[in-house]
Amino acid sequence: MSDHSDHTDHTDHKGELEPLGDPGLPAHVHRRADHDPVAEKRAERQVSGLFILGTLSAIGFIASYVGIKSDQYIFLPLLGTTNAQQLALGMSLALALLFVGFGAVHWAKVLMSGEEHVNLRHEMRSAEDDRKELVEKFSKGAEDSGLGRRSLIKRTLGAALALVTISPLIILRDLGPLPKKELEKTNWRTGSRLITDPGGIPLKASDLEVGGVAHVLPELPDGQNETLNDLVRDPVLVIRLRPEDLHLNAQQTNWTHDGIIAFSKICTHMGCAVGLYEQQTHHLLCPCHQSTFDVTTGASVIFGPAARPLPQLAITVDSEGYLVAQHGFTEAVGPSFWERSS
Amino acid sequence: MNRLSKYRRHPLAAVLVVVMGLLLVGSLYSLASSASPAQATNARSQAVEEGRQMFLKGCSSCHGLNAEGTDTGPSLIGVGAAAVDFQVGTGRMPMADASVQAMARTPQFTPEQTVAIAEFVASLAPGPGIPSQEALNYERDGNLAQGGELFRTNCAMCHNFAGQGGALTQGKYAASLMGVDPQKIYEALITGPQSMPVFGDRVITPEEKLSIIKWLKAAESEKAQGGISLGKVGPVTEGLLIWTLGLGLLVGAAVWLGAKSK
Amino acid sequence: MSKSANAGNAAFNFLDDRVGIAKGLKNNLRKVFPEHWSFMLGEVALYSFIILLLSGTFLSLFFVPSQEEIVYQGGYAPLSGLKMSEAYASTINMSFDVRGGLLMRQIHHWAALIFLVAMIVHLMRIFFTGAYRKPREFNWLLGIGLLTLGIIEGFAGYSLPDDLLSGTGLRIAEAIVQAIPLIGTYAAFFLFGGAFPGNIFISRLYTIHVLLIPGIILALITVHLMLVWIQKHTQFPGPGRTEKNVVGFPLMPIYMAKAGGFFFIVFGITAFISAMFSINPIWLYGPYNPSQISAGSQPDFYMGWLDGLVRMTPNLETHAFGHTVSWNILIPALIAPGIFFTGLALFPFIESWVNGDKNEHHLLERPRNAPTRTALGLGGLTFMIVALINGGNDVIATHFGLSINGIMWFSRIAIFVLPVVAFIITKRVCLGLQHKDRDTVLHGRETGRLVMLPHGEYIEVHEQISDEAKWTLTQHKQYQAIEGGSNIDSNGVQRGVSLKERTRRALSRWMYGEQVAKPTPSDLHELEGGHH
Repeated sequence: MSDHSDHTDHTDHKGELEPLGDPGLPAHVHRRADHDPVAEKRAERQVSGLFILGTLSAIGFIASYVGIKSDQYIFLPLLGTTNAQQLALGMSLALALLFVGFGAVHWAKVLMSGEEHVNLRHEMRSAEDDRKELVEKFSKGAEDSGLGRRSLIKRTLGAALALVTISPLIILRDLGPLPKKELEKTNWRTGSRLITDPGGIPLKASDLEVGGVAHVLPELPDGQNETLNDLVRDPVLVIRLRPEDLHLNAQQTNWTHDGIIAFSKICTHMGCAVGLYEQQTHHLLCPCHQSTFDVTTGASVIFGPAARPLPQLAITVDSEGYLVAQHGFTEAVGPSFWERSS
Repeated sequence: MNRLSKYRRHPLAAVLVVVMGLLLVGSLYSLASSASPAQATNARSQAVEEGRQMFLKGCSSCHGLNAEGTDTGPSLIGVGAAAVDFQVGTGRMPMADASVQAMARTPQFTPEQTVAIAEFVASLAPGPGIPSQEALNYERDGNLAQGGELFRTNCAMCHNFAGQGGALTQGKYAASLMGVDPQKIYEALITGPQSMPVFGDRVITPEEKLSIIKWLKAAESEKAQGGISLGKVGPVTEGLLIWTLGLGLLVGAAVWLGAKSK
Repeated sequence: MSKSANAGNAAFNFLDDRVGIAKGLKNNLRKVFPEHWSFMLGEVALYSFIILLLSGTFLSLFFVPSQEEIVYQGGYAPLSGLKMSEAYASTINMSFDVRGGLLMRQIHHWAALIFLVAMIVHLMRIFFTGAYRKPREFNWLLGIGLLTLGIIEGFAGYSLPDDLLSGTGLRIAEAIVQAIPLIGTYAAFFLFGGAFPGNIFISRLYTIHVLLIPGIILALITVHLMLVWIQKHTQFPGPGRTEKNVVGFPLMPIYMAKAGGFFFIVFGITAFISAMFSINPIWLYGPYNPSQISAGSQPDFYMGWLDGLVRMTPNLETHAFGHTVSWNILIPALIAPGIFFTGLALFPFIESWVNGDKNEHHLLERPRNAPTRTALGLGGLTFMIVALINGGNDVIATHFGLSINGIMWFSRIAIFVLPVVAFIITKRVCLGLQHKDRDTVLHGRETGRLVMLPHGEYIEVHEQISDEAKWTLTQHKQYQAIEGGSNIDSNGVQRGVSLKERTRRALSRWMYGEQVAKPTPSDLHELEGGHH
């Protein structure tokens, strides 16, 4: 560093303030094992010891696999009761791996040379000559191809490559059917009886008490069972309130029976099952994203990200008193999609 | 007989005849109807009266002197003995403070007192009764796997897939079902306490209710397969563990690896 | 020469005769790598990936990727006699009837979590130390790509067993696809082979999870590592470390032992956690049934922030001209993450455009010396954390006796306010630390010894720090904000400044306007005239 005894500005040729000087690599500090043969021997024993422990643990792994029955359980403090074989296999594997790892790292830290090495970096960019030569060779090749001059070839090549790569994609068309009206279909028809899920018993109006809730599905003809694909749109929640607790318009009231009201159980937000009914507040809560629906006003959304109320299923009773649907849903159930008009 | 007839014109003779007649008719009548109801009614009315006394002391300030309800507590007419046994038996009632939800705590009444209060409330109007032990034989009458299916359809959305409890709106919650008496579970199903809906016997049949209880009890006593369970609430606690213990161990190992050795 | 050395020689000659690798190997065998614990984070990610490949291969030997419904006849009584997909049944069997099967499942799932944690923390290290600057921008892009693929891969992986929790996640994913305007329903039907759930999606997910994505990840990791090799690893500044060297230890034998050993340690820690802690107990969740749902349903944490954003978004949906657009889904699930990740990916290029720096950088920056960048990073992190916390709002509410509505409202406000607060605080802290560095260089460090001077004044004795330490604290480059300058061209005409240039200058002032000037040699000499 040069001697500065005045307050002149010390900018270097780049206009930056001159930094303090780099004192260079600090002096190497030797470890005990570098010069003390006793320490060296001890370190060697430590490393080998770790490797031996690793080997023993690995044998322990095999022993656990063969020797412990898979239905045995063991109680340990903190852990509680857990499957003994799984614990033994896992711990012996963990120890085997850890000991080998610790041994290798300890060996490097304590015994292998601790001298710091320096590699020089070269600028990432190639030498100017190489770049020039590349440009020359490339230009020669490009000129030879004539692509620059022969625009007809260029254009027809472009079109050919584009079509050849894109047109085979058409075979992906049969990945699935077209949606058409599929999302609007459910199995609810005029007269479909409401049967309990999973019990399968048809429900009478008298079976449901005020404050009661039932998870139902439409009764399918010929004793068929609902498939998983049906369960994505068919599930309905039937709730009974006192008629005076409902504040519905004429059509909504028409779709109820003596305080019994039915809604699609599929959340209009993203399709989770909305079965959580709070008896006192008359709210339905979807556990996925906490959309909250108010049953008394036709399952309108009062909190959360759902944008539409749960579609109501029009119900009535048949001659024997069983709850049946008046007709299917008048709108698509479940999450929204582009083709939905409301 | 001659000695008695001497007194036939005695002024009290008519009174005696009337009293004897009443006794005769009364005895004949009580013989005609069976004797035990009379005894049971006596015993029951004693319990009802005991229950009423305790109700007046511990419950009437919110639920009214005749359980007709006030601004601070709903009417209990028609809720049945089962509802009382559940609420009082789990310590939820009398309510500790006026919060959004009654919390389960140490019961404030003994089991006998609880039954007495239940009898009183049941005497006001018909409602679900306390299930007998015979009706609660879930080991015999319940189906384990079916119970799981029923639980996942009807219960898991509030109580979580393993019955650990879950959140409702505005700070209310569905309680954990671990370690709950089967009788209390059954009573909760049929009475729908607080936010919980009522699950009538046609919606979930008694056998199905026992299946649910059987499944819950099995879940409670199920031994861990893969180690410490982290609460059985899913990925939230798993993520927490990996960011704390997992990252901690890994960074610790890395720091040790890079540290200069002496 | 010993027998083993002879054999080694022979083997090597055999190879070299055919491939001629001696030259390449001789240059690289003792390649120097710098030492710092934070440089191990990328390794953790790499090793986790290898663990995933190994454990995943084992699992794939037992898993049946089919949605065919069967009746469970295995040994786990609570599911006995129930209908379930073969995928779910095979995972149950793997957990209970294959010895070591559950351990492998747990190793696989814990390793997946560690893979993502490591990538995220590694990304944070790269960001906060400016390691993404030229010439490493491409590696940064590869990293973002690997993170994105890792997230998708993890989601695909835990959805394979077709249990109630992951099935719900797939349902939500389908709703996101379905919500895309114009093509949503078509895309969803093509993806699932029909309406959700269809009966082919698990098999398709299997191919994606086992073949396609791991293949792409493997290719990207290879290029990622090749670049690190060719460009050489960055290093922290310090005495003897310059832009033109790498100071550290040679590959053979030091880093072969350390890195190799670290692989065993990472695997060992993963195995330890898998032995001790249960993860993804699908037998408790039950098989997927669209009419069922559990309270407290969350995705794994790396998707949890998306869940949190979806939960807090208000119910915006527009209906116009017979069509619906669900902003309440598109904004949190596609638009906001898209903006976030795009911003992250473009950051190196934006930064170099703002500061006009075209130099190579191999020395890392200490976070405090880039206050605006560090503050931005912490702001982004805060955004993610608020989203993540909201993703678990029902579990938090249950365990801490809070209201989900309250947490939701907190999150809706905090997601905008807290990142800004974090930015401001972080920037102040960085500038404060710069002050401290300057003070330490000029006045030395506080020793805690108090001395009373003859005239009664108390001073704390400061000790000059070493030259090495002084160098470390002052070697960094301080960018300057672009000066306005006049825009008079060669003909003496005042030229307007383009919007692009004005933006650049404004950003430059924001990024570099506020800094604490490094002490210069003259500053030090001034002080040396004093009495300390």
